[in-house]
This record gives sequence, structure tokens and C-alpha cells, in this order.
Amino acid sequence: MLTDWQSIIDDFKDVVPAVEFWSLRLVHDETEMLSVREDVVQPPNLAQSRGAHISFIDRGGMSYAATSALTREGLAAACEQAQRWLEASRRHGLIDATQVPRPERSGHYATEVATSWDNWSLRGKLELLQDINRSLRISPAIVDWQAHLARRRTDVRLVTSDGVHIDQQFHYIIPGFAAVANKGAQTQERSGGGWGSARQGGLEQLAGFNFPDGARQVAEEAIALVDAPECPVASADVLLMPTQMMLQIHESIGHPLELDRILGDERNYAGTSFVTADMFGSYRYGSDLLNVTFDPGLAPEMASYGFDDDGTPAERTHVIRDGVLLRPLGGVQSQARAGMNGVATARACDWNRPTIDRMANLNLEPGSSSLKELIGSIEYGVLMDTNRSWSIDDSRNKFQFGCELGRLIENGELKGLVRNPNYRGISATFWRNLAAVGDAGTFEVWGTPNCGKGEPNQMIHVGHASPACVFRDVEIFGGE
Amino acid sequence: MEQYFRQLSSTLFTGLAAGETLLLNYQGEDSDFVRLNHNRIRQVGHVRQQSLQLDLIHRSRETSATLQLSGRLDEDSAQAQHALSRLREQLPLLPEDPHLNYAAEIHNSIHHGENHLPAPDQALEQLMTAAQGLDLAGSWAGGEMSRGFANSLGQFNWHRGHNFNLDWSIYREGDQAVKQNYAGFEWNDEFLAQKIACARETLALLGEKPRQLKPGKYRVFLTPGALNELMDMVSWGGFGLKSHRTAQTPLLKMVREEARLHDTVTISENHADGFTPRFTRAGFVKPDQVALITEGQYRGCLANARSAREYGAEVNCASESPQSLEISGGQLHQNDIFSALDTGLYISNLWYCNFSDRNHCRITGMTRFACLWVEQGRPVAPINVMRFDESIYRILGDCLEGLTHEQEQILDSSSYEWRSNASARLPGALVNEFTFTL
Repeated sequence: MLTDWQSIIDDFKDVVPAVEFWSLRLVHDETEMLSVREDVVQPPNLAQSRGAHISFIDRGGMSYAATSALTREGLAAACEQAQRWLEASRRHGLIDATQVPRPERSGHYATEVATSWDNWSLRGKLELLQDINRSLRISPAIVDWQAHLARRRTDVRLVTSDGVHIDQQFHYIIPGFAAVANKGAQTQERSGGGWGSARQGGLEQLAGFNFPDGARQVAEEAIALVDAPECPVASADVLLMPTQMMLQIHESIGHPLELDRILGDERNYAGTSFVTADMFGSYRYGSDLLNVTFDPGLAPEMASYGFDDDGTPAERTHVIRDGVLLRPLGGVQSQARAGMNGVATARACDWNRPTIDRMANLNLEPGSSSLKELIGSIEYGVLMDTNRSWSIDDSRNKFQFGCELGRLIENGELKGLVRNPNYRGISATFWRNLAAVGDAGTFEVWGTPNCGKGEPNQMIHVGHASPACVFRDVEIFGGE
Repeated sequence: MEQYFRQLSSTLFTGLAAGETLLLNYQGEDSDFVRLNHNRIRQVGHVRQQSLQLDLIHRSRETSATLQLSGRLDEDSAQAQHALSRLREQLPLLPEDPHLNYAAEIHNSIHHGENHLPAPDQALEQLMTAAQGLDLAGSWAGGEMSRGFANSLGQFNWHRGHNFNLDWSIYREGDQAVKQNYAGFEWNDEFLAQKIACARETLALLGEKPRQLKPGKYRVFLTPGALNELMDMVSWGGFGLKSHRTAQTPLLKMVREEARLHDTVTISENHADGFTPRFTRAGFVKPDQVALITEGQYRGCLANARSAREYGAEVNCASESPQSLEISGGQLHQNDIFSALDTGLYISNLWYCNFSDRNHCRITGMTRFACLWVEQGRPVAPINVMRFDESIYRILGDCLEGLTHEQEQILDSSSYEWRSNASARLPGALVNEFTFTL
């Protein structure tokens, strides 16, 4: 455990005022980042974040205060701030605070770590990153190259006035490398080794990201993309690899199903949703092949946990089954407001932010087609790999996404590379064109540490595991 | 907190070993956050956070740690000393850093902004009263923000300010809404009331049946807010020295192929009129302005301390992404916007932009909020949201018909980890043949 919370909890209990309900969420987060860019070791950074989030419910009001001052005086000052806002909440609150469900079950969760970060010396980790740099710099056409390796550890303790006590300890490993190739005014970047993603666990997770072995291939592909033809402009099939499926799931299933968006909380910032409350239970979201789960138990996935930050136990649940929409992504507060069942997804990015509905681990379940069969099913189309551009409207309907690498498919066979592969569509119809779902052999665990939402803004990690998938009749195009 | 930071710095500098240099960066925030939905309070609270970054330098090697402060000197000193011990263990394991760069000359500065903020609960009462009967969603963020720098060479800088950022949208039905913002340092009841009254007028227009535009090219007016969304994208590597030297800037064609923007486009980083501290995290002092594009031609880059050392340039920013971007005003007057547009689209807001072809600075994104169809100089109806896909070389180049004389100062409302103190000062832009695709 990074911090001995007990003395802080004792101090808090000494100063907390008499309110009907309180909760105290204590967070200690440590991130150690190592990186080497263009063969130069960048200054390492050890970032620590530690603080308390206090929530009060009292006589119909609901408020919070957060502080990094974990002294008795600091906690008392935070309690005063939360109390100060209770009165405004009582008079103008949107939610009937007396109806907000409270956590009932205590428990704990801890990431399984096979190979600890400390098993490798600092010198050894830096040498590995320098080796990767050498593997990336294979030609003068490579104009920028870098590799990083980080670990993050987060301890969270939630204590409530009802005696609930939840301890969760998370370990993440954050690797990645990238190479940039250039010729004249044409530049192409290719990334790999987990770049832009992360996993729960220890250094044993690196192999799953092909870290460090994929470095040379990344550089070779960056160079090849510079001279590759543009992605054709056509209506064609697309084969999306898991590194793009994660973004497709995230933007056009995850966000539209967030219950707080459906309830309007996000309308001023992240947006609303084309999904409405009456659609659940009957709306055909996609083809029969579409099965999507909220799965907090897939061990290496980033947003695996035992409880959400409101203290609700998390369980695997289908949100879409055989293409039919079943359940939104919303924690207990949103569920109570909407009168709907949801899942345990009330999360906060850190101690300094309140919980809001987030998507956590949202996965597309494997089907039955091998990668060879997926490719063989396409007469004319493009395989797209690794997201690099994402844009979608505020209702999460009209989207346009782009990838780092495209590969033409003709008559069921893979052909040459194409650069700047983009596609656009509409969520409400796109998933109905899901024509084939890859089997477990194509299934990969990805996610992003950078999902932004909320006012005040919150950046949080989410997990998306998916097989490769084929979609018919998609509008594709390239650059220029 | 200024005195506290001085005391803490002094304590830590006293314990340094011979040859060690220590850079300290303090960041503090005391903010209220109120979230509104349906013109009622959805979430309300207060955040007090203070952090300290320590950069320890010895024998041309650097390593750093960041930690949260409690505000108790004995506790924070002990915590920082513990962090320094860990950094001292790391330093001998690192190679020399050829890009290490920190200010060796001493430039002290103190900036204390006065606190003219209203009581936040009273400001919100005024907002909710003014918006009575309206479906308002939004956010209040306000309070004190402070930054400090000190190094063991004797430099000390302090910057403290108080501001608020009230950002809201008022919905008519579905996704038809008016987006507004009131941000600043002093509160004015009448200004807020005028804003809401103006929103009520626009809401009436939003009741008209929305036009469904077909994909194609349209004459458009981009408000400063909409232009700001586009410039946020261009700023993603567009003006940084590192991204220029590694051929990753979306403005690469300006450097490699002498592409240019319209003669009337002049872009600068206006540190002097921005709201960020004038000192950098390495202790350098920012110049008043950095010319980036002058009369359509590429002029210069933003160079942070490491890039400056690597490429032999002067340090002229803390971040290579602009924090106080300015586009100079043009000849089009605010009152003539609709008549100059004649028939086309008035784009109040853009949303979720990204590159569709970075090499050609081609950006895609969505219209959002009260974008209006205009006929013969008169707004007649809202539109259903449209996706655009267009290059900055056309928007601010071949297709630019004019920039407004008036510029708008836009205070960034973002609050990831901390409240932002970035801003932009931009005109509106009249653009022909703007491409919509979906």
C-alpha cells in the first residue's frame, strides 16, 4: 500500500460534521515515465497524486469537496467547503438526494502482477528503450523515433458513514514506440508496442503488445507508407483490426450508451446521444453478429475493477445481445434518475473529480471467422489498422475515422499498402452492416488512457477488447 | 501561498549537495465547480490542490518528480526531501542529456492579480433566475490559480490570478441549442442578462424547421469560436519547433513547398496579452510576442527549452502549443457579417475536429449548436448537424474572403487536471466553397 490511510480516516472522522451520509474516497496515484527519443534519454519523471474526495448528502442536498491537504486542518477545511455548497444544492438541486442509492457491500480488488516493475533495473529499462530506438532508426527517411515505458499504480480506498470499506489496488503498464518517415512534404507515422494504450498487470504484459519485437516492422511500414498510393475513394468493405475496432466501439457504442449523456448532463460539453431511453430492450443497434459486454473482469484490460467509484460491485453484463440494445452504461445515480438498470460505471479520474458515468471495459465478443476467412470474404475493400484520427458529432452518430495503415483487399486476397485510409458513416446504420466477426484468434485487448468528458473535465482510462470485424458498403477515401 | 512556496524552496535549496541545481515549479488552485442541467444544479463542489515539481540537475543530467502538497511545511519538506533522495539515486544511472536547458540568468517577477470575483452561489442564482423557464445546461468554474518558479541559482517568480469561466448552452429541443460563455475577472449582472436575452431571441429562430443541407461546397461565416476549434487543431504540432524539424507539422507545405495562406492572415503567439505566467518551467522569460505567420507566409516557431537547445534557437515559450494565440483582425465589420455572407451558413460552433490528412492540413469536424442558414443576408432557419472536411490552406487561403475587424478574446474553459489559463484572440472569417461531406 502506498499510503497508510488509517490515520487520515481517523482525522476525517474527528472533523466531519453531522450529516445524513458521507463518503470519503482516498486516492494515491504514482506514475513513473521513462522515454528515449531520437536516441536521447529524456528526463525521467515520477508523478505522484494524493488526495481526498469528500461527498455529503444531507436534508435533500448533495455536494463534494476535494483536497490535497490530508492534514486534520485540511480535511476540516474541505468539509466546510462541502457544507457551504449543501444549501445551494438543497434549493436548486436537480436530483432528489434522498433517493440516491448508497453503497452496501465492502470488498477489495487488486491487479495481478507476475513481473513487477522493480524486477528490472532502471538501467535495464533504459537500455531496452535505447535498443528499440536503434531498431526504429533503420534509414535516413526516419526523421523522428521514440519509445517509452511507464508504470502506474493507483490505490483507492472508499469509506462511508454506513461502515462500507472498499480497497482497490491497480497496477498498469504503459509501453509504446513510434517512427516517423518523411520524403518532401509527405510524412507518415507508424506506432506499435502498445502506443496510446495500456494494460493492467506488470512487465509480463509487454509481450502482448509485441514490445519490443515489433519496432523494426513499425519503421519499415512508416517508410513504405510514404510512397504508398492514397487509399481509394469508393464504397467498399472494410476490415477493421482490433487497434481500430477499439475506437469504433468507444465512439459509436460506448459514448452513445452513457446514461448521463442520455439524461442531458453532458449537453454543454461532451454532447448528447442519438440513443433515447425508450430504445432499450428493442432497438436493433447492429446485425445479429453484434454482441457487446461491459466486462470489468478481463484481467489485463485497463478498466477492470471490483467496484466502481460509487462503491457499486461490478459484474459482466451484456449491453447489446445479437444486435439488440439491452442496457445503458450508467451508475446508480443515473439509474435512479432514469428508472433503468445499468452497470457499475460511476467513475472518477482522480481524487479531485466527482464520479460520472464512464464506459470502463466495453468489449465486442468474438465470433467464428478466422482472419483468413475475414479477408477471403471481401471482394474489394481495405484492411485498416491502428487509429490515428477520430471525429464524431455530439449525438455520436455521424463519424469519420482514420488509420495509420491501410492494405487493399481484392478478390479475397491482401494486396499492397495504401496511405491515409479514412472512412465515414453513421452509427445508427453502420453497425447493421457488420458482416463478419473474427474468432478468438483475432481477439485483442486494447483501450485508451485518454477518454475526455465531464465538467470539470476528466481524462480517464477505458478498455476495449475486440476481434477483427468486416463491415459492408462503407464510404472510404484517402488524403489530399 | 507565495510565502509558503518561498519557505519551502529555501528549505529544499539549503539541503542541496555541491554541484546540484534544483528547479521548483509550484501549481495551486482553489476552485468552485458547479454543473447545471435543466437550469438546476447537477453537481457542486470545491477543489483545492497544490503540487510541486522538482527537477534535480547534476553533471548535465536531469530527473524530476511531482508531488501534492499538504500546506504543512514540515510534512511537505519531508515529502520533497524523500523525493529528492529517490532522484539522487536515479541521476548516476542516466547518461548526459544533450538537450538539457534551464535559465542561468536570474529574472525575478511577481504578479498578483486582484480578486474581484463574485460569490459563486450568487452568480449562479443570477444565471438561473435570468434563465428561468429555459432548458440550460452548463458549468461554473472559478477561483484562484497560482503558479510559482524558483531555482537554486536564486530566481523566484510568482503569478497569481482569480477568474471565472461560466459556460452554458440553452436548448430548444433535440440538439437545437444556443451556446454561450461568460468568462473573465469581474462580474457584471447586466452583461449576463443581455447574454440570456440574446439567447432567447436566437431560440425563437431555432424553432424553425431545420434545413437539411446536402454535401457540397457552401459559403460560410465562421465565428471566432468556430475558428478557434480549427486553430486548436492547427496548434497540434503546427507551430512547434520540434514538429517542424521532424516534418510532423500540419503546416509542412508552408516550409517545404512554399505554400502560403491569404495575405490578410497574420498569426502570432501573444504572450503579453495572454493570461499564462510570463516565466517558463525552466525559468526563462517569454518575449511579448512570437510571430508565427505574417501576411500569409510562414515566419517562425515556438521553441521550448529542450527544442531551443537541440536546434540552437532562443527559448520563446513554455509550451510549443500556443497558449495565447492571436489572429489579426481584418476589414469586415461585425455589423456587416450577414450581408457579406448573403446566402450561406453562419457557423456558430464547430466540434470534435481532427485531421483527415495532416500533410495537407485537412481537417474534419462537425457543426454544433446554433448554426444558421442565411438567405439574402437574413438568418432564416437552423440546420441539422453537418460534417465538414476542408484544408486550412483553403479556409485561410484561397477561399478566405475576409476576416472581421473585431476580435474576440476567448478564455479556454477546459479543466483537465487543472483549470486552464490559455486563451485566444481571434476574428471571425468569411469563407467561400467550404466543403461539407456528410
